[in-house]
Amino acid sequence: MTMTNPHPAVPIGINPDTLRTDGPPIGSHPVLELDEVTAFYGDYAAVRDVSMTIAAKQITAMIGPSGCGKSTVLRSLNRMNDLIPGARIAGRIAYHGQDLYSRDVDPIEVRRHIGMVFQKPNPFPKSIYDNIAYGPRVTGMKVDDMDALVHDALVSAALWEEVKDKLRTSALALSGGQQQRLCIARTIAVRPEVILMDEPCSALDPIATGKIEDLMFELAGDYTIVIVTHNMQQAARVSHRTAFFTADVDADGVRHGRLVEYDQTNKIFVNPSQKRTEDYITGRFG
Amino acid sequence: MGTPSATVPAAPDVRRGRRRPGEAAIKVLLAVAAVVSIATTTGIIASLAVPTVEFFEEVSIGEFLTSAKWTPLFADKNYGILPLLIATLIVTAISVVIAIPIGLGSALYLSEYASARMRKLLKPILEILAGIPTVVYGFFALLFLNPILRSLWPGGEKPDFQNMLIAGIVMGIMVVPTVASLAEDAMSAVPGALREGAYALSSTKMQVATRVVFPAALSGIVAAVVLGVSRALGETMIATIAGGLRVADIVVNPTQMASTMTAYIAGAGQGDLPVDSLEYLTIFAVGSTLFVFTFILNAISIRLVRKFREVYE
Amino acid sequence: MTTVNTVIPAGKTVSLARRRRRPGEVAFKLALQLCLVIALAFLVGLISYAVFKGWNRLDARLWNNMPTGIVSRADRAGVQSAIFGTLWVMALVALICLPIGILSAIYLEEYADNTRWYNRILELNIQNLAGVPSIIFGILGLGMIARVIGLGFGVITGAIVLALLVLPTVIIASREALRAVPGSIRQASYALGATKWQTTWRQVLPAATPGIATGAILSLSRAIGEAAPLILLGAVTYIRFNPDGLTSRYTTLPIQIYNLLKEPQAEFQELAAAAIVLLLVILLAMNSIAIIVRNRFHKKW
Repeated sequence: MTMTNPHPAVPIGINPDTLRTDGPPIGSHPVLELDEVTAFYGDYAAVRDVSMTIAAKQITAMIGPSGCGKSTVLRSLNRMNDLIPGARIAGRIAYHGQDLYSRDVDPIEVRRHIGMVFQKPNPFPKSIYDNIAYGPRVTGMKVDDMDALVHDALVSAALWEEVKDKLRTSALALSGGQQQRLCIARTIAVRPEVILMDEPCSALDPIATGKIEDLMFELAGDYTIVIVTHNMQQAARVSHRTAFFTADVDADGVRHGRLVEYDQTNKIFVNPSQKRTEDYITGRFG
Repeated sequence: MGTPSATVPAAPDVRRGRRRPGEAAIKVLLAVAAVVSIATTTGIIASLAVPTVEFFEEVSIGEFLTSAKWTPLFADKNYGILPLLIATLIVTAISVVIAIPIGLGSALYLSEYASARMRKLLKPILEILAGIPTVVYGFFALLFLNPILRSLWPGGEKPDFQNMLIAGIVMGIMVVPTVASLAEDAMSAVPGALREGAYALSSTKMQVATRVVFPAALSGIVAAVVLGVSRALGETMIATIAGGLRVADIVVNPTQMASTMTAYIAGAGQGDLPVDSLEYLTIFAVGSTLFVFTFILNAISIRLVRKFREVYE
Repeated sequence: MTTVNTVIPAGKTVSLARRRRRPGEVAFKLALQLCLVIALAFLVGLISYAVFKGWNRLDARLWNNMPTGIVSRADRAGVQSAIFGTLWVMALVALICLPIGILSAIYLEEYADNTRWYNRILELNIQNLAGVPSIIFGILGLGMIARVIGLGFGVITGAIVLALLVLPTVIIASREALRAVPGSIRQASYALGATKWQTTWRQVLPAATPGIATGAILSLSRAIGEAAPLILLGAVTYIRFNPDGLTSRYTTLPIQIYNLLKEPQAEFQELAAAAIVLLLVILLAMNSIAIIVRNRFHKKW
């Protein structure tokens, strides 16, 4: 039930005319469905009762202040939280209707279809070529022409022109922005359906950030993208839908994160239904 | 209250006036302490070099390096180092063949597979092994393991009562903690972000361990192996007790007894050789050879450790 | 059995099921565990064998009686001279090595400017010495200390040689302990007008003491387990008396064990095993103290 806000909020630094208006409404073409998901580290519930649907070939942004569980939710989508001892979820996360945490599901297989780019670029200390070729090699992909695959991945990541003459040199010699595009390229090389991005630009300068945002627009045609970002202007620029998270302190004095509002981006930033959302985007808190 | 004082309090004197002789003296004392280590190295080099030079006044370098007989204590005297050198290399090679897989395998398990609790239980095993005196290893080799080896030996000639094979095997186990500890340091220093990146690309644990962590830690791993080789090269008690003190000709069959350089020094040094006799000087000539080998290996290892520490710090 | 295939709108089937073919993973993990199992088996085997072989001789004869070379008296032999020799050596090594080692570590950590070439050489030298074979230290003792400096073949020479052998280890361990003390403590002390030595003596050193103590105990336990350097220093003859002065002849437990192992008779081998058990007990006690010190006093900054 949405209520019309009598005083439409004025979000900071966002021109409402640039917000995306394309894309189908919520609930269509679901890829990932979260149903009352609570993520625990041991006994501590980091984020509670999250229910949302990620739609295919869209960019979904998760925004909110620090410590409200956005990254935790993101990492649970490709079972990266399995790597943390004591991490578990309650509730159900479904990928095309299949319970992601069922006993029959292999987390390694999950990550073939749902890839991840991290906050700080983490290329392997190998050549650019070997970084890209790594994924196909370890997943046993049948590749007739690895050179072509590397080329395609780098083109898709808008990095080909800059590195085509130095494919065999170390990836660590690239700049921060180039390294992050390399990480995107190597994620694409295994042909996932979904790409998760955990604050991919927060370690980069504004120019590099701009290049990656452009890249996201292009990739959205072929991939489903979920991005966690601290920068709500970025979410407004790039995403089709936005989920706003916050953290509340409960009666025991413990902070838990929760999902406040999830809607199309052009609605969240112009006419949010929840006051908390409005407070956040107008800078009154967070 | 009377009128406020019109004088300004004097500025405190902060010049370097106060003499602190105590501080200077302490610095000198500390430096002297540190110089003891320099004196040690100088002493080692001097105590090796002088008799070695005297040795080579009597024995040609050519004979030393190329003659295939080492019989300084027999009637017919020969001074070729090859028998000792080859025995040393064989024993060291065997110990390296044992130590590398077990040491690196242990390190990989502790670094990538073991939980924090398991690591707490397992690391002490290696630490205890490292603390056992080498005489005890020699005892175990001679009295327990070698008889088992001999009884299990298939076919004809059983290994000798003391032989290079058992010495090498036991020395290998002795070296395992050295290799494992340094290799594990190198592997743990590989940033978690690299592992995460690999897992996100759908890698299995074995792939992460072998294709990402191991190559990233390589210079530290090589340093660990080089250090292990150096330790095996310089080890005396296992070589003497389990390997034996036979010297004369070159022996290549590991089931036979043969003396390494270290075992020879120990054997010759036990007796009362007249000082300045040529036999006495052989101790130092062999010692110099040993020192040169281990010095080079240690220098390589130190440089490699510096290299891997630099990458991540 | 639920199927775990899901259908993506484009008609592609995606299987998330556990790929049944991952035996390589399991085999690899087992192979790695095997490495640790081998190490453990060796350790257990070694200790068990020593206890088993020396069982009959683990009684008061061991520490009450003196060694003998005569087979017929073997059952009355003990290793008292070696026990006392080991104690003397341990005390002397501690006295020589610890002050020099700790002061050197203080110099290198707190005082030395490590952009200066001579300090870098000092550090490199210590790292190098840590890797020199122990028998070379015996040669140092034989050539230089016993003969040239003229201290002879008494217990003081053996102690000096062993002290120099473990000196690098003490320095390195002490440096790490000093390094672990946070810089903020030093800053606070300087800000109150203290001198460098006052800061070091009153703040840094007390804070680093548990780490230094642990390193010292571990280094000492290494020193008393060494036999190779002492072989060259005349400790190998059958010594039947306890040390009675700094230049007295002596023997230690590792040396005595080596002597006994040279004899083929079972009686001597059993005595050797008993002496080994005694040595291991002493080392276990020392290492346990070191671990207790480390755990009890370890501060989490």
